[in-house]
Amino acid sequence: MAHLELDNISAAYGKLRVLDGIDISVGSGETVGLIGPSGSGKSTILRVLTGLLKPEAGQVRVGGEPINFDKPAEIRRLRDRAAIVFQQYNLFQNLTVLENVMIAPTKVRGRKPRDVRPEAEHLLAKVGLADKINSYPDQLSGGQQQRVAIARGLCLKPEILLLDEVTAALDPELVSEVLDTIRGLAEDGMTMLIVSHEMGFIREISARVAFMADGKVVELGSPAQIFDAPEKERTRDFVGKILRH
Amino acid sequence: MSELADLLTYYNVIFLLKGMATTFALSALGCILGGLFGTALAVARLTTGPLTLPLRALALVFTEFFRRVPFLVTLMLCFFIFQFSGLDVSTFTVGCVTVVLIGTAFLAEIVRAGLQSVHPNQWHAAETMNFTLLQTIRYVVLPQAWTVILPPAFGFFILFIKDSALASQIGVIELTYVGKVFNNRGFSAGVSFGVILVAYFMLSYPLSRLGAKLEKKLGSSRTR
Amino acid sequence: MDYTFQYGQVWPYVPYLLKGAWLSLQIAFLAFCGGMLIGTACAAVKTFGSGWMRHGVNAYVVFFVNTPQLVQIYFLYFALPDMGIFLSSYMAVLLGMTLNAGAYLTEIQRAGFESRRQSEMEAAEVLGFSRWQQIRYVILPHVAKVLFPPLSNHYILMTLGTSMAAIFGVEELTGRAFNINSETFRSLEVFSIVAVIYVVVTLAASVLLALFGRFAFRAKMRVV
Repeated sequence: MAHLELDNISAAYGKLRVLDGIDISVGSGETVGLIGPSGSGKSTILRVLTGLLKPEAGQVRVGGEPINFDKPAEIRRLRDRAAIVFQQYNLFQNLTVLENVMIAPTKVRGRKPRDVRPEAEHLLAKVGLADKINSYPDQLSGGQQQRVAIARGLCLKPEILLLDEVTAALDPELVSEVLDTIRGLAEDGMTMLIVSHEMGFIREISARVAFMADGKVVELGSPAQIFDAPEKERTRDFVGKILRH
Repeated sequence: MSELADLLTYYNVIFLLKGMATTFALSALGCILGGLFGTALAVARLTTGPLTLPLRALALVFTEFFRRVPFLVTLMLCFFIFQFSGLDVSTFTVGCVTVVLIGTAFLAEIVRAGLQSVHPNQWHAAETMNFTLLQTIRYVVLPQAWTVILPPAFGFFILFIKDSALASQIGVIELTYVGKVFNNRGFSAGVSFGVILVAYFMLSYPLSRLGAKLEKKLGSSRTR
Repeated sequence: MDYTFQYGQVWPYVPYLLKGAWLSLQIAFLAFCGGMLIGTACAAVKTFGSGWMRHGVNAYVVFFVNTPQLVQIYFLYFALPDMGIFLSSYMAVLLGMTLNAGAYLTEIQRAGFESRRQSEMEAAEVLGFSRWQQIRYVILPHVAKVLFPPLSNHYILMTLGTSMAAIFGVEELTGRAFNINSETFRSLEVFSIVAVIYVVVTLAASVLLALFGRFAFRAKMRVV
């Protein structure tokens, strides 16, 4: 059964319609990739799924339960179940690496710091930052900060991890360390929805890939279909341009 | 010069120092209590949703009103309100209420500007992790905003030292009032108010130098 | 508090008060213009002048910024006659406010001058702009954009500051409030109406200045 379902979702910034009838589902333990040109609405989907933007129409279901975006309690519940990692990491600049990872579980969820701390340290070790737990974000490279952000998301024990162009702001030589971390999560069976421009990576890691343009899902299929034998003209154009580089 | 020597007797100097202390206390109180209330107003203005709309409106009207009414007029309003209420309070209390009202309005704007100076992505990250508004402000935003808030807040404190001179109008025995007393005792206006100008300068100048140093230090420090 | 508001007795005085408000605006405008002349000259001296001139300007600015305007005017009004200089209360207030404004506006403008961007001037030089063209097309538009918001802000503060003219018997808005108060004894009614007039007048000024700033200099300005 699909764990996360978007059913005919539409959304707008003011009068500008940015999502127009989106249907996407992510199965339990599945990784789905979202690709498409800038402004196609990929990141907007993640904003809807984290309650930062209210959809105008359609339904989001998590584990079969529909989310009512008019009820703050249901948005809070959605945010408990889906964690997001941002393009710009968005680490709290005033907190150390360990504090960044621990603050939401302890202060928001009210868990005891002594219970959370081993989990946080374990996650930071897993993303390869065991020796940086007392550093501040501005003392780390972009790749290191992004790995902290991933650990911060994971420490909330989300059912779904949303990744929003997590390598787009990184220097080229730092991209692979972050991709390795995500690859590890996929192997562990994490349910993920990934927006990315790293086509090779999306192809390798995703069970299914959605190509988006102008707020619509143009084509949804296996990586092999999307990248090697796209059915739609738009997809062929886009993939053709990307792969030529 | 001999008139100046006549004025600076032991008791007059004590009187002058007490006036300085009162002026300082008035501004400090206005800034400390005004800072607390002002922070509350600034937070109130950042709330969202229809439930807190009256709160936002009230905070907006309060800050705009007290920032757009002259000190002297606010002072007279407070003075007459206390007079007609029949409460027997000292003029010093009336002065304190006035400076707290005005301080609250101005510091609310300074704090609000500080909170808004923190990058939106910090707010978003906290929001998606289910922080409440107060948790976001307490754990994430204020720790990053205080270096932006402190220099203008300190600047306002120094400004207040001079603005509070108007409290002398209702008889608060602060520095300016001391000058008027000297003048009434027969010392020339030049010497009486000259001494008072120097006393204000001695109060304000070191603080403004300190403020400039503070601004420089905070400006170059990291956000934490 | 069992006070009944009786605005009926005070309403007929509103046109009289509005004329006072007009005088307040005039005082603020004249003092601001005078202050701009002084401030521009002093800022130029501070930026380009020689050593001793800069010291002179510094002494002037530091003294006026660190002492209260009220006591400065006391000094002008009560102490200058001892030296044979007689100023009317209106002139004393205007002179005091102008000198005070000059000091603050020096500081504001100097910060504006210093915000000239080296990279833009280098670009202009590389493009073959003459010195005058650099000033006309690069420096002035930038400085105007940076300076307009804080200057507007100071103008509003000065409008509020004119209320202290009442203490010297000038019949501007606050002065007229005191007059009506001593005739009718409806203190709260009078001063609350006067407060609202100040709010409306300064709000209107803020809106006009913000519109002008956006239109003329593309300066980013908020009213509330």
